[in-house]
Formats: sequence, structure tokens, C-alpha cells
Amino acid sequence: MSGPAQGAGPAQGAGPAQGAGPAQGAGPAQGAGPAQGAGPAQGAGPAAGAEPAVEAWRGIAAEDEDDISASLSALLRLRGRRLLQDLLRPYRASVTGILVLILIANLGALAGPWLVGIGVDRVPQLTRSHDLAPMVVIIGFFAVAVLTQAVATRAFIAAMGRLGGTVVLELRCRLFAHFQRLPVAFHERYTSGRVISRQVSDVDSISDLFDEGLDSLVSAVFSLLLVGAGMLLLDWQLGLVVLAGFAPLIWLTAWFRRESALAYRRTRDTIALVIVQFVETFGGIQAVQAFRREQRNEEIFGELNQGYADASLRSSRLIAIYSPGITLVGNLAVGAVLLYGGLRVIDGDMKVGVLVTFLLYLQRFFDPLQDLSQFYNTFQSAAAALEKISGVLDEEPQVAEPADPVTLPPPGTGTSGRSVTFESVRFGYRRKTVLPGLDLSIPAGQTAALVGATGAGKTTIARLLARFYDPGQGRILLDGVDLRQLSEQSLRAGIIMITQENFLFSGTIAENIELGKPGSSRAEVQAAAAAIGAHEFIAALPDGYDAQVGKRGGRLSAGQRQLISFARAFIAAPAVLVLDEATSLLDIPSERLVQGALRTILAGRTALIIAHRLSTVEIADRVLVIDDGRIVEDGPPGQLLTTDGEFSALHASWRDSLA
Amino acid sequence: MPSEPSAQLLHAPGGQTPFQALWRTREYLRPYRWQLALMLTLAIGSVGSEIVIPLLTKAVIDGPIAHSERRLLLPLGLAAIGLGTAQAALNLIRRWVQASAVTGMELSMRDDIYAHLQRLHSDFHGSWQSGQLLSRATTDLSAIRRFAGFGTIFFITNVVTYVTVIALLIDLNWWLGLLTGCVFLPVAVACFRFERRYRVLSRRAQDQQGDLATYVEDAAAGIRVLKALGRRDKAAERHTAQAARVYRTQLDMARLRGTFWAGLDLIPNIMIGMILLLGTLAASRHELSLGGLVAFITLTLQLVWPIEAMGYILATGQEAATAAQRIYEILDTEPAITDPGAARPGAAPRQGAARHGAAAGPAGPGRLVFDHVAFRYPGAQRPVLSDIGLELEPGETLALVGATGAGKTTLLQLIPRLADVTGGAIRLDGTDIRELTLPLLRTRVGCAFEDPTLFSASVRENVSFGAADASQAAIEAALAAAQAGFVYDLPWGLDTRIGEQGMALSGGQRQRVALARAILARPSVLVLDDPLSALDVHTEAKVTEALSRVLSASTALVVAHRPSTVLLADRVALLDGGVISALGTHRELLAGNPRYRDLMSAAPLPAEPDPGDAAGQDLTGARR
Repeated sequence: MSGPAQGAGPAQGAGPAQGAGPAQGAGPAQGAGPAQGAGPAQGAGPAAGAEPAVEAWRGIAAEDEDDISASLSALLRLRGRRLLQDLLRPYRASVTGILVLILIANLGALAGPWLVGIGVDRVPQLTRSHDLAPMVVIIGFFAVAVLTQAVATRAFIAAMGRLGGTVVLELRCRLFAHFQRLPVAFHERYTSGRVISRQVSDVDSISDLFDEGLDSLVSAVFSLLLVGAGMLLLDWQLGLVVLAGFAPLIWLTAWFRRESALAYRRTRDTIALVIVQFVETFGGIQAVQAFRREQRNEEIFGELNQGYADASLRSSRLIAIYSPGITLVGNLAVGAVLLYGGLRVIDGDMKVGVLVTFLLYLQRFFDPLQDLSQFYNTFQSAAAALEKISGVLDEEPQVAEPADPVTLPPPGTGTSGRSVTFESVRFGYRRKTVLPGLDLSIPAGQTAALVGATGAGKTTIARLLARFYDPGQGRILLDGVDLRQLSEQSLRAGIIMITQENFLFSGTIAENIELGKPGSSRAEVQAAAAAIGAHEFIAALPDGYDAQVGKRGGRLSAGQRQLISFARAFIAAPAVLVLDEATSLLDIPSERLVQGALRTILAGRTALIIAHRLSTVEIADRVLVIDDGRIVEDGPPGQLLTTDGEFSALHASWRDSLA
Repeated sequence: MPSEPSAQLLHAPGGQTPFQALWRTREYLRPYRWQLALMLTLAIGSVGSEIVIPLLTKAVIDGPIAHSERRLLLPLGLAAIGLGTAQAALNLIRRWVQASAVTGMELSMRDDIYAHLQRLHSDFHGSWQSGQLLSRATTDLSAIRRFAGFGTIFFITNVVTYVTVIALLIDLNWWLGLLTGCVFLPVAVACFRFERRYRVLSRRAQDQQGDLATYVEDAAAGIRVLKALGRRDKAAERHTAQAARVYRTQLDMARLRGTFWAGLDLIPNIMIGMILLLGTLAASRHELSLGGLVAFITLTLQLVWPIEAMGYILATGQEAATAAQRIYEILDTEPAITDPGAARPGAAPRQGAARHGAAAGPAGPGRLVFDHVAFRYPGAQRPVLSDIGLELEPGETLALVGATGAGKTTLLQLIPRLADVTGGAIRLDGTDIRELTLPLLRTRVGCAFEDPTLFSASVRENVSFGAADASQAAIEAALAAAQAGFVYDLPWGLDTRIGEQGMALSGGQRQRVALARAILARPSVLVLDDPLSALDVHTEAKVTEALSRVLSASTALVVAHRPSTVLLADRVALLDGGVISALGTHRELLAGNPRYRDLMSAAPLPAEPDPGDAAGQDLTGARR
């Protein structure tokens, strides 16, 4: 045996050079999923004191939804395979073409050693006649064979790369669009960490499969079959002897697959823990240092790092057994060919050339299995990723868009607002009913404020109006049209919600404001910022409107981010504006600024405002006090203050806090 | 990667070349030097037995087969089998030893990187993205591991193989051997070039994938904004454009790969064709035996892998060298904030070691004095804090008020020495805090920051973050004081995992857990950065009440944005323009300081002419 059998496989070339395995970077950080700890941590149980403190610190989390029982896994594999078929279907012609090219390349490769064998058998004749002509013919065929092989190889690798790239691009876009379509309720359940890991680490591992040698592996399988067939054709007795070596290899390969599936999982889980600990430590370094956490962290990290080292050691040792195992079988086959083949040649049953061809074939024959050991992890993670992705794509959006959307009537004269009506709306999360039956009508142009304790259902009302969820019963109407009958386009042109999350996207300030109205000019952006009172601080920044906001707006203060998100809503100019706690993170001068701006924005619009700080309520035409999903007080704020109700009590305590 | 070069500029190491850095990594290999020597010996042995097998083939063809002597066949065949078995065994042992050596090396390097990073000042961390640090501790380490375990050994082994095989070929037929030797050298160069170009492309693909990932993360975290604004299509458009960039790079990679692999098949095959033609000619002239011809071909094929691998090894070596440089860039950065009397910052004593300069014992009353404190960020034109003078009596609570960006948070960070003053001094019970050891100072100072950092660990671990040996009773008391009783209702109580990888808590809940963490250790100085911002009015009132009891035992500095928080304090300091511009009680400042009134009172809005807004007029009137 020669070749890769002795090398540590990485030398297979381009592929594994990048195949650094689990340490691909940030990927696994998200890939870890929210609940790695179902295993060991579960065992620790609440009796953490009794356990060695090593694992107890992590605490317990709900079982990962990604972890599934064995009975389900067959179904999942099927689903993953269906997705793959679905993705490949449009490219059937190209798949066929690739397979044909691989076949041609392998036939070319097969022809080489065969011609060498023929050439070797020509030597005695050549010695006698010195006639080079037959030899030149052989060399001519040889040249054609190797050139065909090279051209076909080049073509199929490029074609496979293109196919892989196209499929991955398609998958990325499909997945992204699907996540965007799924309702907020899904995102809350699924968590952003998993949304990200489906789209990043999972798609990347499928992409890696194409980049890291699916081409050489498919080709290897072909060559295994063709070389086997070639050997049987040349001399079936000797061929059978060589193929007998396959029996132990099948067993060895089955063992390796089983073991490396376990080892791979372990490696992946342990590196994920290492990465989480690493990222969290340095993300929260101020807390770590302020609380003298360094020593304890070193202990924890040491344990996790050791865990990963043990797992990767185990994984390397599997290859340390498997790979020499193949080498051994290959070398024994060479010995057998020399012994049995030599015997057959001596007995005149076989030509020397055939023996040579066999020896050369053997160099190609066992290599594919070496490749398998290299790419098996890539395969596994790609297969697992495909299963998880197919699960997401099977998820139907519950807040679906209408097939036949209704268009809104033009807004009434003298107002850009629209009326909002809740008709006996009932809504709950899982078992808990939040709104038992809400009836509420807000005429066009009115500003209504929702007041009440945490958990009273204020945010639910706001989110229903923004159609983050659909009501369980009843209807929500915008100018008399059920929200469920509106297209996404006209719904979002009609209703915009601003929350205290004030999320900014990486990019410039101008880009973030422009998101409210794509394609708006710089002048419009500045006008919006000025109307909100954000122009001054933006203009004071070194790059002004072109200043980068940093990751999630990290370079700006919470108040500044909120002002920008107001400007974003202002420029969008919706008919109905929903503000959920939108001013709670602002300091008082900014809040004052925003409130001044709100008067401008809300003029002529319909608005629903939720606020803990009652200062926001000052601009409302009407106050609704919510308790347990019901409206308990309803009226203009001045009027409610004069009665002895909840609102006047809240107001009094708020006023005290200002003193 | 726009931030990469700037980060490197900021923290330029002592000008070492990548290969000097790679050479330095041998300190981590030293414990495994005998294993390395063994691995090399085994690898050479394995290559040796592999080279001998074609010679046995020659012997079989030229001996028993040529002379039809069955008798000689068996020993030769058995020798081949024996050698083949030996080769496999040598490989097994080498891989086994290699696995533990490189894993051990990677383990200790990663431990060191982590430990070192933990001691680096927070300003360092502020200028590095955590993803970049992570890639040094994972991707770069893997590059070094690959080179250390595989590259070094096979660099030597392959040179030995090449020389030996060419020598054997020359011995079989000198001119054909020389020719073969010359043809293969350019192949090695071509392989190296390919690997390098391929790596450039794949790094580009990784960067593009990283950019794409950033956008995907944004879109996932900002899903509510995208939905609220109905910007689904625009988001998808931007995503597609970025994904298409990745696609194009991957196409380039596939094309390059195709050319390379085709060439790698073609060149040896051309060589074989040439040998077949010239070799049969030579054999017909009895310059080469038939067995010699076969051995010549098999030996030539055996050169393909080592030559190809040399390209890979050289490229890996280059990659490992760059990786080593990037890792030492971190390891060579010295902590700017260290214990007093540490001879060299790099050799700072570990936690709890030095007691040097611990003038004030842990039991001091907690008198905190800011003496003409100034602070300027490195590279900044103007100082954030120019001349801060403040005295906090033991047990006093002082609220710090100032506009956004006034430097309140910066001022707080100076107390636990997350950053060091650039002028003046902060004294705790009369001792400059720089004279205290870090563990001692940070035991006496407890903090809660505006953005509560929770870690993916149990509630218990998060609360006892700074006091691992805290008793159950102490934890419960701290949770009670922070009004964080909700944690008992979590599925596993105090053992429930929270943080990113566990139960999601609301902003207010997270603030309360962080608050409990700060007060658990009963520090003599408490530093709270707007600790109640995310709480609703009801909870805020309860926390305020409980907190005022806790605060009576400690000296406290509290950043406040709202009057309700200010009420916790005995006195209020107004931070404006880098100095404390006013000091007094809330009422005094509200009455006498217009700037303070601007920051702290929801002053009347400009009068609204709209008659429908009579209620608003009412409210503002009531407050006056």
C-alpha cells in the first residue's frame, strides 16, 4: 500500500485543510442550543451540594427540543432526505451530468494501470523485434485515457461545486425567508439562538460537505466499484482473493461508524461548552473581574477544556485504529497478490502484466475507505443539520397571510389615522387566558393610553394589534377590515409598533432610520430625526448620519437608540402607531424631547400607548386601565383623575416619586 | 474584517515574525519531546517498510516468476506480508502517541490563553470583538495543532522518502531516475502554490460567511422590528445579496480545486506514461529488468503523496505561523491593571497570593474619597473626567446624576479598578486603591452594572458569583433584599440554569439577580449603575424599600436617571463637564440648580393650544 494510507489524511489536499473539525469558529457557540445540559446536569438534580461542584454550577435546563428519541430519528432522517431531494430536483440534469463525468473520469483512471499491464507484457516481444509501433499505440491510448480523466475530473469537481453552491444558496434564502414569515410566537418559543444556529452553523456544515470533498468521496465510491469489477474481469480468481479482504473491512467500517458517531457527538457537545464559557467570560469580563471570578472560572474552564481534550483524543484514537486497519488489509492484499498471483503466473494461468495491473489497482482500491474516515464527521454533521433544517421548514406559519387580501379603504378626510376595533377578542398563551373577551373601539386620530400592573395584558393587546399573534376568538378590525384579511404590505403600512427593545441593525444611523421607509432621501431622514429631536446628537457624532451604530447599536446609549427607532417609525408614517413601553429606558431630558416629538407624530394618527411612567400618559386623549385582561376604567385622563379609581391612585404614587 | 487591522495596530506585539512566533510554541511541545522523537522514528520506519515492498515485487518478478521457481515465492510473499503488517503496526502506534501529544499541547495552550485573557484589563476587551478572541482560541489553535502533530513529522519523513526513493530509482536506471526526480520538484511547488491560493479563497469565504452570519443574527434578534415595520422582503433581499457573495467565492474555490486535482492526477500519469515508454525500451535493451520496470512504476507512484503533502505541509506551516503570531499577540499583551509591587506586570501574582500593601484591612469602615480624579480614554482628545472631588462617609449613599455621556459609568468603573485613574487618586479608608491588592479591593467593593450580565449557569452560581463559599442563608437573604423571590418559582428553583443557554428572564428579573449578586458579599462599598431602570413602578418601589435597608450598612454610589432612584440616597452629586458641579440633597438641587432640574424633573411641556388636551394641563399643573 502506498499513498494516503500512511499520511494523516489531511494531506488529501484542499478539503481537510479547512476541515478543522469542531473548532470552526463561532459556529458551535450558537449550535450548542439552549440546553446542552440535559444529560449530566439532570443527574445532578437539585441536590447540588452532594455533587462535586464541577457540574453543579451549570444548573438545570429543560431538555433540548433538538434532542429526540431514537424512534423519531428514522422519521427525521426521512424528512431530511426528502428535503435534499426537494432541493436537488430542479438540478436533476446537472446531477446526471456530474455522475456521467465521474464515471468517465474513473474509467480513464481504470484504463491507465490496465494499459501499463499490457505494456509490461509487450517487453519480451519488444526485446525480440525492437518494433516500437505497438508500444506507441499503447502509449497513445494511455495518453487519451489520462487526458480524458483529467478533463472529466476538472469538469465534475467544478460542476459539483456549482451545484453545491447553488443548493446551499437556495437553502439559505429559503430558510431566511421562512424564518421571516414565521410568527413572533414561534420565534419566542424557538429562541433567537436556535434561529441563528439553523441558518449559520447548520447551513455551513452542509456547505462544508460540498467544499470539503463530497466530490472526491463520490468519485471514490465509483472507483471502488469499478476497480472491483475490473479486477474480477481481469482474473476472477485473484480478484476474489483480493475482495475477500473486504469482509473484515466491512466489519471494521461498521465499528468505526458507530464509534465515531458517538465520539463526534461528544466532541461537538464538549467544544460547545468550551466556547460558551469562553464567550460569556469575555463578554462579561467586567463582572468577572469586579467579582474576582477569575480563579473559579479557571477551574471551570479547565474542566470543560479537559472534557473536550478527552473527547477529541478519543476521536483521534478511533482514526488511529481505523486507518492503520485499512493499511493492514491493503498490505495483506498486496502480499496475497504477490503470493497467489505469482503462483498463477508461474503456472501460466495469468500474465505478468495482469499481476502488475492488480498491484497498481490496489493502490486505488483501499483509499476511498481512508477518505471515509476523514469525511465521516462532515457527513454526520451535514446529515444532522439537514434534519434540523427540514424540521424548521416543515413549520407552518400560524399567522398566515390571506390568499386573497382585501385592500383598505382610503383614510377619512382630515386625518391620516384609521379606526381600530377589538370585537370580543379572546387570547391566551398555552393554558393561561390573558384576554377573556376584549371589546375596544378607538376612533381614527385618537391617542389611547393603556395603564395597569405587569401581567394585566397590556402588551398582549399591543401585540395583537400589530398582528404578532392572531386572536383565539373574535376579530380585530382596521377601518372595518379584519387584520387577517390584509396583506403584509398594507398591514405594515397601516400599523407600526415600537417597543422598548429599540433594536438597531449593524450599519449606519441613516440606514437604520431609512428602514422605516426604504429609498427615502437623506433630507427625509434628517427631517425625521429633527422632528424626533435626534438630529442634534447625530450631527455631533464624528460621522454624523453615516456613523456606524456598532453591533446591535452598541455604540449608542439606550436613549439614543430609542430616539433612532422613533425616527424610524416617524419616517414610515403609519396610520396607527403602537408604543409599548417605548420611553421607559430614556432619561428624563430625552423622554421630554420624545414626548414633544410624539405630539408631532401623533397629530392626526391613531395611537395606542403603553407606559409605566405616567408622564407618557399626558399626551393621551383617553386612558384605559387594564386589570386581568379587562378594561376597568375608561375615559379622558382629566376625568379619571377626579374619580377615586385605580388611575388616580397610580397617578398619586407617581407624583410622589417625583417630589 | 475591518476591525482586525485596527485591533492589530492597537496591540502590536514586539515585532516578531510569524515564524519566530511559531518557533516559540515549542515551549508547549517540550513536555512531549520524547513522544515527538518516537513519532518521527516510527514514521520513518513505516515509510521504510513501505519502500521495501516494491523491491520485493521486483524480486518476485525477476526471481521466482522469471525463472518459474515456486520455492522462492513463499519467503518473498511472507516477507511482504510481514513488512505490511509491521507498517500498519508502526502507524497505529505513531497515531496513538501523536493523538495524546497534540491534544495535550492544545489543552495547555487554550488554558493559558483563557487564564491570560481573564487578567487583561477591560479596556483591552473593549477593543477586541469576542469572536476574534474565540477564533484565536479555537481556529488558530487547531492550525498549530495540525502543524505540530502532522506537519513537523512528515516534513522530515517526506524529505527522507523523496531522497531514498530517487536514490533507488537512480540505482534501478540512472537516467530515468534522475528525470523522475527533476519532474517531481516543480509539482511540490505547484502544490504549495495551490494550497496557498486555496487558503486565501477559503479565508475570504469564511469572512463572507461571518458577515452573512452577522446579518442573520441581526435579523433573528431584530425579528420584532422587522415584523413591526413589515420589512421582510427588504431583509430577504439584503440577505440574498450577501449569500450570493459567499456563493461566488465558493464557485472560485470549486474551480481551483477542479484544476488542481485534475493536474495532480495528470502529472504523475504523464510521468508513468513516459516511464512506460522509456522503461519498456530500456527493459528491451536489458538496461532494466522486467521486475525493475514494475518496481520503478510503483515507486514513482509512491512519490505522489509525499510531494503533494509537502505543499500541504508548507501551507499548514505558514498558516500555523500566522496563527502563532496571533496567539502570542494576546499572550504578550501585559495586564495594565495589576497588584501593587508586581515587579513585571506579566508576572503578576495569581489571585490571593500577594498581600503586599494591604494597608487597610478588610474590615475598614468604607470611607471613599475621590481626590482630583481625572480619566481620559487612551487616544481620546479630551478627558471624560477632569477633576472629580468627592467624599463619601462610611455608610453614606450618594446618588450620581448626569446627562447621558457625562461619564457616570466611567466614574463607577474606576472604583473596582476596571480602569485606572489617569490623574489624582481614589482612596478607600485613606489608602490609595492602587496600593490594595486587586482581590482585596474587589472584595470590599460590590458592583451592579446597568446591563446586568448573567452567565449560563444556575441561579445559585450567578448570585454567588463573587463569593463561591456563600451559605444558603446568605444567598436567600441577598435574593430577598433584591426582591428576586421569583427565582424560587423557576422549574428547578436556585438550580435552574439562567443566562443565554438557560431560562430567559425579563430585563427587570435580570437586574434583580445582578443586584442580589452585588449585595451578597456585604461589601463595604456598593457601586450601582442605575440598578432599577428595567423595573416597573410597583417592583421598583419594593426594591427601593428593601435596598435602602441594605444600603445603610454600606457606603454606596448609585447612578440614577430617575427621581425614584435618587430617593435612595442621602446626597446627590451632579456630574457635568467632567467635574462635580453641584452637591446636595435632592430637594436642594431641585430648588437651586437649573441643570439638575432639567435632568430630574419632568418639566412642563410647551403649552398645548389644543383645547382637547385639558387633562395634560391638569397634570402639569398638579405637579407644580
